[in-house]
Amino acid sequence: MTPVQYRRADSASDAIRLAGTAGHRLLGGGTNLVDLMRKGVERPDTLVDVTGLPGAIEEAADGSIVIGAGARNSAIAAHPLIRSRYPMLSRAILAGASAQIRNMATAGGNLLQRTRCVYFADAAGSRCNKRAPGSGCDAIGGFTRYHAILGASPACIATHPSDMAVALAALDARVHVAGADGARALPLTDFHRLPGDRPDLETELAPGEVIVAIELPPSRLAPRSDYRKVRDRASYAFALVSVAAGLVIEDGRISEARIALGGVAHKPWRAWRAEAALQGEAPNEAAFVAAAEAELAGAEPRPGNMFKVTLAKRTLAAVLSGLCEDQA
Amino acid sequence: MAITINGTPVDPPADPRVSLLDLMRDRLHLTGTKVGCNQGACGACTVLIDGQRVLSCLTLAVQAEGRTVTTIEGLGADGLHPLQQAFLEHDGFQCGYCTPGQICAASAMLEEVAAGMPSYVTRDLAAPARLTREEVRERMSGNLCRCGAHNGIIDAIMAVAEEQAA
Repeated sequence: MTPVQYRRADSASDAIRLAGTAGHRLLGGGTNLVDLMRKGVERPDTLVDVTGLPGAIEEAADGSIVIGAGARNSAIAAHPLIRSRYPMLSRAILAGASAQIRNMATAGGNLLQRTRCVYFADAAGSRCNKRAPGSGCDAIGGFTRYHAILGASPACIATHPSDMAVALAALDARVHVAGADGARALPLTDFHRLPGDRPDLETELAPGEVIVAIELPPSRLAPRSDYRKVRDRASYAFALVSVAAGLVIEDGRISEARIALGGVAHKPWRAWRAEAALQGEAPNEAAFVAAAEAELAGAEPRPGNMFKVTLAKRTLAAVLSGLCEDQA
Repeated sequence: MAITINGTPVDPPADPRVSLLDLMRDRLHLTGTKVGCNQGACGACTVLIDGQRVLSCLTLAVQAEGRTVTTIEGLGADGLHPLQQAFLEHDGFQCGYCTPGQICAASAMLEEVAAGMPSYVTRDLAAPARLTREEVRERMSGNLCRCGAHNGIIDAIMAVAEEQAA
């Protein structure tokens, strides 16, 4: 690890002031950043510890739930309002990492963890356009079991590893950020970027900005939503494919659908095409399969992850069927 | 401000790169906490900070300033902890290297269940948490045992949970 300065932010205004420091990285629980520093991938000059940012989970006047950036992942998953109103979010968080890591990781840090792969982490031995822009990508043509099948580019095929963010994408969450020039909010689905020719740029967070909160709007479908994660072992592994989904069924027809996929792209993948395909349809297996086909029609798998296309379709159809059984 | 480790105040290190794990093992000679992967994949370095289980390898010691750390030495300070006794009785280890992390994690896990926290395998998120073998497997998945003593580990944890419930 290269030498580093450490500064602790005790408030949002303090964090914004410190985030103006050149060469800084925001430090949450450290579960991703400290590991990448030890591997020589991240070499910040200054760590700005933002774990002191407010982490309250509160209901706003309009019925939204606001989660402070400093909230630990385990606290969000266990919160009664999240468990009862947004079960897909509780389940997504509980599907991620281990209990120890969920106790450490913050809400803001979960969103700002690096989109990554093993070649990105191998600073000594592999080329990576994300780590060293323009150097090439050794994942392409390499071991691609965990890599993207949607929205990738010739520069990068890494996947975003968050489970929490997949549920947030499906729930129309908004990310509240603040910087020296003021505060703004953006949809979570716009917060992370696809790789394009700049895979080193992963989010729309501008230099000097910090995440202050995540807002969950009221949702009719969220109380009976679900999250399913398929992986190589039963627990404590990254997703091969995951699905966050919720449906509203009225008079025998689907009137609202919210779906996002994990493990398949450089960012949490909102399944807009599948949602559109389900609109107005009767909730049955044929409709679910057609929706899954519509979403995966543009998939571009690699030799090592061809299976993910079928796996994603089947998992999506299975989760939607499960939601209907629950509502029957 | 000091870090309180097993009741003893300790100055945080001057160099912010020092992990809590390295501070404890290399500078304080508290070698009960083990270095496994040193990258957050194995759970051997699990300790409690303010009662919550965390990985000391990925915790910078400076981030523990003002907080209370409990290690296996702290849990066993007044004779064998009930989990330590149960691991002996149920063959919860072979080489023993993962055991301090397993026991620190299990002690916090039982508190989480008592507080009603759900897991990924909890069917009903609204119901009070109930400890089953399936629940223990999921909740302890962050602690790997390369000897493969997991069945004994689960037996030991279930035995302590049943004792506490009785």
